Amino acid sequence: MSDASSTPQPRHIPDTLGTRWGRRLRSWETLLIAVLIAVFTINALSSPYFLNAWNLSDATFNFTEKAMIAFAMAMLVIAGEIDLSVAAIIALASTAMGHAATLGFGTPALVAVGLLTGLACGAFNGLLVARFNLPSIVATIGTMSLFRGISFIVLGDKAYTEYPDSFAFFGQGYVWWVISFELVLFAVLALLFWVLLHRTSFGRAVYAVGNNPTAALFSGIRVARVKFMLFLLTGLTSGIAAVCLTARLGSTRPSIAFGWELEIVTMVVLGGVNILGGSGSIGGVVLAAIIMGLVTFGFGLMNVPGIVMSIFIGLLLIAVIGIPRLVSPQSRRVE
Amino acid sequence: MSQPVLSLSGVSKAFPGVRALSKVSLDLFPGEVTALIGENGAGKSTVVKILTGIHMPDEGEIRINGKPVLFATPHDAANAGVTAIHQETVLFDELSVAENIYLGHAPRTRFGLVDWTAMNRDAAALLLSIGASLDPQARLRDLGIASKHLVAIARAMSIDARVVIMDEPTAALSAKEIGELYALIETLKARGKAILFISHKFDEIFRIADRYTVFRDGEHVASGLIDEVTPGRLVQLMVGRSVDQLFPKRVRNPGDAVLTVAGYSHPTEFEDINFSLRRGEILGFYGLVGAGRSEVMQALFGLTQPSRGAVNLAGRVAAIRSPADAIDLGIVYVPEDRGKQGVILGLPIVHNVSLPSLNVTSRAGFLRMAEEFKLARAYTARLDLRAAALDQDVGTLSGGNQQKVVIAKWLATKPKVIILDEPTKGIDIGSKAAVHEFMAELASEGLAVLMVSSEIPEIIGMSDRVIVMRDGRIATEFANDGLTPEMLVSAAAGIGVDKAAA
Repeated sequence: MSDASSTPQPRHIPDTLGTRWGRRLRSWETLLIAVLIAVFTINALSSPYFLNAWNLSDATFNFTEKAMIAFAMAMLVIAGEIDLSVAAIIALASTAMGHAATLGFGTPALVAVGLLTGLACGAFNGLLVARFNLPSIVATIGTMSLFRGISFIVLGDKAYTEYPDSFAFFGQGYVWWVISFELVLFAVLALLFWVLLHRTSFGRAVYAVGNNPTAALFSGIRVARVKFMLFLLTGLTSGIAAVCLTARLGSTRPSIAFGWELEIVTMVVLGGVNILGGSGSIGGVVLAAIIMGLVTFGFGLMNVPGIVMSIFIGLLLIAVIGIPRLVSPQSRRVE
Repeated sequence: MSQPVLSLSGVSKAFPGVRALSKVSLDLFPGEVTALIGENGAGKSTVVKILTGIHMPDEGEIRINGKPVLFATPHDAANAGVTAIHQETVLFDELSVAENIYLGHAPRTRFGLVDWTAMNRDAAALLLSIGASLDPQARLRDLGIASKHLVAIARAMSIDARVVIMDEPTAALSAKEIGELYALIETLKARGKAILFISHKFDEIFRIADRYTVFRDGEHVASGLIDEVTPGRLVQLMVGRSVDQLFPKRVRNPGDAVLTVAGYSHPTEFEDINFSLRRGEILGFYGLVGAGRSEVMQALFGLTQPSRGAVNLAGRVAAIRSPADAIDLGIVYVPEDRGKQGVILGLPIVHNVSLPSLNVTSRAGFLRMAEEFKLARAYTARLDLRAAALDQDVGTLSGGNQQKVVIAKWLATKPKVIILDEPTKGIDIGSKAAVHEFMAELASEGLAVLMVSSEIPEIIGMSDRVIVMRDGRIATEFANDGLTPEMLVSAAAGIGVDKAAA
């Protein structure tokens, strides 16, 4: 009674269907590169001061410190969590360094104080989210007020300005010609985070957790540990950024880096990271950081007020997210 | 002969790497139930999505009462009178019953505001007409799945649907609720609605359907009147081959005990569980839903912590505090809820397979992609996975193939004990047979298998021994020798046992 059809043979399944180049051409990063070229061209045409090595070098300070945190934030967002306390961690770490400086700590000790404060804050966030299962958006809004609040209590309307001369190198030093220490650090961190996210098992676990934390747990991923590590990373990078920013400004006020958390999250989303978790890349965040830095710089050259800049960044974010959906009818369909 | 109210002809739909439908036709007649039958992956869901305006066909035509129509959006389909009742019906938990019924077409007052009085009154009348005793003002989330189906049907009536699609409507219903659904379907038929009924259960199809249409691999295979066909013939049409040998024959020679569980207890879920499992053995766990079978398995896999008891693995006491510990010790778990716990939708097949084996495929924490593809290829090939490419999103696979990915993922870790929780639930007959054959093969290679199943034929067909659980305890243990369905059912329900004890 059997039909004519034979039993199916095991089939060979290819690794991949599309070609690598075809896929790259359609990627988010390609779109960002196009935007970057456009921003660069517009800036170059509209201001004679733009295409100047030292001016461009100055422009990098618009994004380097924020981008360092954005790399860690990107991984955290991919894993389905968020850390809104990063700017407050900068404030607390900077305050800790300022206080240590008044006690006569040397430069290496100050850096250690900054980084350890960042790590401690990150560990606290991680504990709240990974151990006590608080939603990260709520937990870190809480610690945002907590960390900056401590900074305000310690400093009031005063400021720490007594930093050793050698400390300034982290924010004002140049490694070679126009290449600043911060720019080098940015590049090194970009590379490290790219390797961590895209080339290690830890990075793979981050994607798994972000796409489906339950199935990740059921696959043997230590989900809580992954999340805790990611909060340590945002804490640590906030500490690094605090060292750079404090060194660059040469002073600490409790309002330092105020509102940065939103710019950093914008950078991450503009970089193509899904705010709901599960996808994104470090390359995209690098491009987004440079775009935001150049836009800010270009507007600065044209004497555009800061509020207009944030309006533009907001529009840019909406446009870059909206355009692909308008162009491709596929993605508009209900899934 | 009456005209079809809705007909599809020559409809094709392709997704990247998959041809989901190829020139299929389907006719639905007023006042009749048409059963759409096919294995998972045959294209049933795609047809539903085309009929409800979620997908546009690449070619072909949809006609309503003979007139060609275009369903560009779900709204178009709803306006044309096509409505669907899914397994997980798309309703709004936070809204009331009446609001769910009239969402989008609520009665209005003169001022254009929602006329709540009229809406609740009309909803009550509508619910009464289909024999549903529901409060129109109740929150939907307080209702059971059967009541939600009733709300969905009431909604279909309220928009004067001509075509009602029911996609596995009985999947989560009790026997009594299924009876009520049948009665309701009769009501809908009497009112001239055309019903498309999708189900894996043949008793249902022969109970309720007037006509059938069979799809296989995205193609239309046969259509006809249900009175003129037998279940055997339908199965044959579905799978394209005969399936008289349902379960694989295998040589049974269990080896030494590999897993011993003693006095295993959980504060709320199970109590005093004792059993041992030997190499090459398939130990079946049968019981009613809620008997605690899955809970025992999840504790063994480290998902929950038992309060008492010892687990012994290959002669050593095993401390299992997390799934990661269990996997390291060689215990793996294929969960019942494949989509939420088994595969990671959104990640490619290869990453799903390699995830628990990354310590093997990577070196010092750094990924070696070529090794991952090698691993994934080796194990998916063994399971005869049907996919276009290994870097394809696992979510684009059919349920049966997703299950193969989950099993491949675990085999790649070279486990000692594999726990299968309802391994063939909701997957098509072809994949089912493949999973069964594979289980037999694994056992013969010396793997110890724990199989939780609520399907009696599967329990009897596959197990060497069967443990029946009831109310969190082991009720009985049977050697699978002359075991009958009646014995299992009465042990699970406690019939005869309690009387004897009392």
